[in-house]
Amino acid sequence: MAPQTITEKILAAHAGRERVTPGDNIWVNVDILMTHDVCGPPPIDIFKREFGDKAKVWDSDKLVILPDHYIFTEDPHARRNIELLRAFAHEHDLPHYYDVGTSRYKGVCHVALAEEGFNRPGNVLFGTDSHTCTSGAFGLFSTGVGNTDAALIMGTGKIWVKVPETMRFVFEGDLPPYLMAKDLILAVIGEIGTDGGTYRTLEFDGGAVYDLSMQERMTLTNMAIEAGGKNGIIAPDQVTFDFVRARTDAPFQAVYRDADAKFHSEYVFDVTEMVPVVAKPHSPDNKAPVTEVVGTRLDKCYIGSCTGGKLEDFEAAARVIKGQEVKVATYVVPASTEVERRMKEVTIDGQTIWDIFVSAGCMMGHASCGACLGGPIDTFGRAVGTEVVISTTNRNFPGRMGSKMSAVYLASPLTVAASALNGVITDPREVLV
Amino acid sequence: MKDVIRGLAYVVGDAIDTDQIIPAAHLVYSLTVPEERRMYGRYALSGVPADQQGLPQGGVPFTPEDAFESEYKVIISGSNFGCGSSREHAPFALAEAGCEAVVAESYARIFYRNSVDGGFVVPFETRVRLIDRIETGHEVEIDTARSTLHNHTTGEDFLLNPLGDVADILKAGNVFEYARQQGLIIT
Repeated sequence: MAPQTITEKILAAHAGRERVTPGDNIWVNVDILMTHDVCGPPPIDIFKREFGDKAKVWDSDKLVILPDHYIFTEDPHARRNIELLRAFAHEHDLPHYYDVGTSRYKGVCHVALAEEGFNRPGNVLFGTDSHTCTSGAFGLFSTGVGNTDAALIMGTGKIWVKVPETMRFVFEGDLPPYLMAKDLILAVIGEIGTDGGTYRTLEFDGGAVYDLSMQERMTLTNMAIEAGGKNGIIAPDQVTFDFVRARTDAPFQAVYRDADAKFHSEYVFDVTEMVPVVAKPHSPDNKAPVTEVVGTRLDKCYIGSCTGGKLEDFEAAARVIKGQEVKVATYVVPASTEVERRMKEVTIDGQTIWDIFVSAGCMMGHASCGACLGGPIDTFGRAVGTEVVISTTNRNFPGRMGSKMSAVYLASPLTVAASALNGVITDPREVLV
Repeated sequence: MKDVIRGLAYVVGDAIDTDQIIPAAHLVYSLTVPEERRMYGRYALSGVPADQQGLPQGGVPFTPEDAFESEYKVIISGSNFGCGSSREHAPFALAEAGCEAVVAESYARIFYRNSVDGGFVVPFETRVRLIDRIETGHEVEIDTARSTLHNHTTGEDFLLNPLGDVADILKAGNVFEYARQQGLIIT
């Protein structure tokens, strides 16, 4: 039997087939469907339209609803979206609804899926958000869908998928202390472009990847979509199993590729030769070494989001900022309530991460997507006018952070923190001791 | 899906992402309440920077200020149209404004899939860089079965890529009708 990649094996198993070939259109059984406040109410409407007012979701234990986008806003329409989710969760007696304003509230869906044990190796997970590919860090197939596809899954537990080819990105060597996963993925996107992975799987591999924590691996898979990828994936290892087992008792089956599996293409990076990079305005593939843009005047720094608002992102930034003051408006937004809680517990030389940012003069937000995608006019940290922003988020297309006249640079938490201290874009190697 | 789609063309550049198609601040509106859903038509393509709106001259909004519908039926774009977020509000907004087809060199896959599965706009691909050959305001006609585009303003004809596998879903109307035809949903 012809060898297969991890993605092909997972999809075949969920289609009840021995094997699949890239290009096959197959119907797969879905293990988890995730949705949130912006893209949750429309599928609910479509589900009712297509299956009837009295219809039940296919499996209430497999539907996870995590409001996270427009949470801390007075916008009446945004608040109504939360009410619609709440009513639906109540009507269907959904066990995995994490309501705003309660102790169950989690924050950004992709981080919460990991924290709550919904990312299980070998599974198939869909979500109404393009960054659903984040979950692939756990060795599962995950991708974003729209309202219609989500409604179809709600009613049937099934969806059609075209089996993707796999591009393999191998990172070798010991990661230098001035680099983070964000530098690696921005390098990949800069090399292949925002459509270089369209319709394909981006698989990350190599010793430098397996040296990363789950949080850093999630930064890699999170941005597979910024290269157009259908999914990002990393084979599971003991680090994965330890993370998952600490959070769920649910059974799972780890899947690995066949030794001689065929890839669309392979790229090999020696991380010891890589440098801190940014994505310049207005595209995630507009890569430049930080050295090329050092000194660029900034109006705002932003540390947050599913890709740049995890505990380790703040730990890295806090080590740079500790004991100093920021010279430019700096917004700190934890991805999840767990991240926020841990920031107030974990200390660096006797001071909590949270206090380090407060003492440095940063503005502290609460767990949500925040200004990563602009959002309602009263969103914390939203870009206004012609502001120049450096951010740990994942997208910098025109207007993404709220103003289409603003200019957004994407960079690692280390680079953003170093830049916050100087008020201009700064190479983290200048401030790391 | 209609056999023939005829109307005025609206031309934009490369990598028109979903925030340019429908800025995130507007995603709060209901897609079903009539007085709200028309807001998607009003704000369709409003995130495109002004000088890139309606090429080659620029400065031409897709939907006129204070209107809810566009006079343009066919969007012509370059590569990677619809990249960015998974929001189905994007093809929905184009359809709500009155757009029936997009012709681009390539698409981001979620936008493409949403366009087809929701039955909002017909997403044609072409190998020709039509943004250099068609101007905003030209009258164009697409033959969906033959996959051809005729520019009535200049008299030129262009080949589009066949729709392939997705044609069956577009013909059915959306993925639900298609799934029923295939016996995958019994209702």
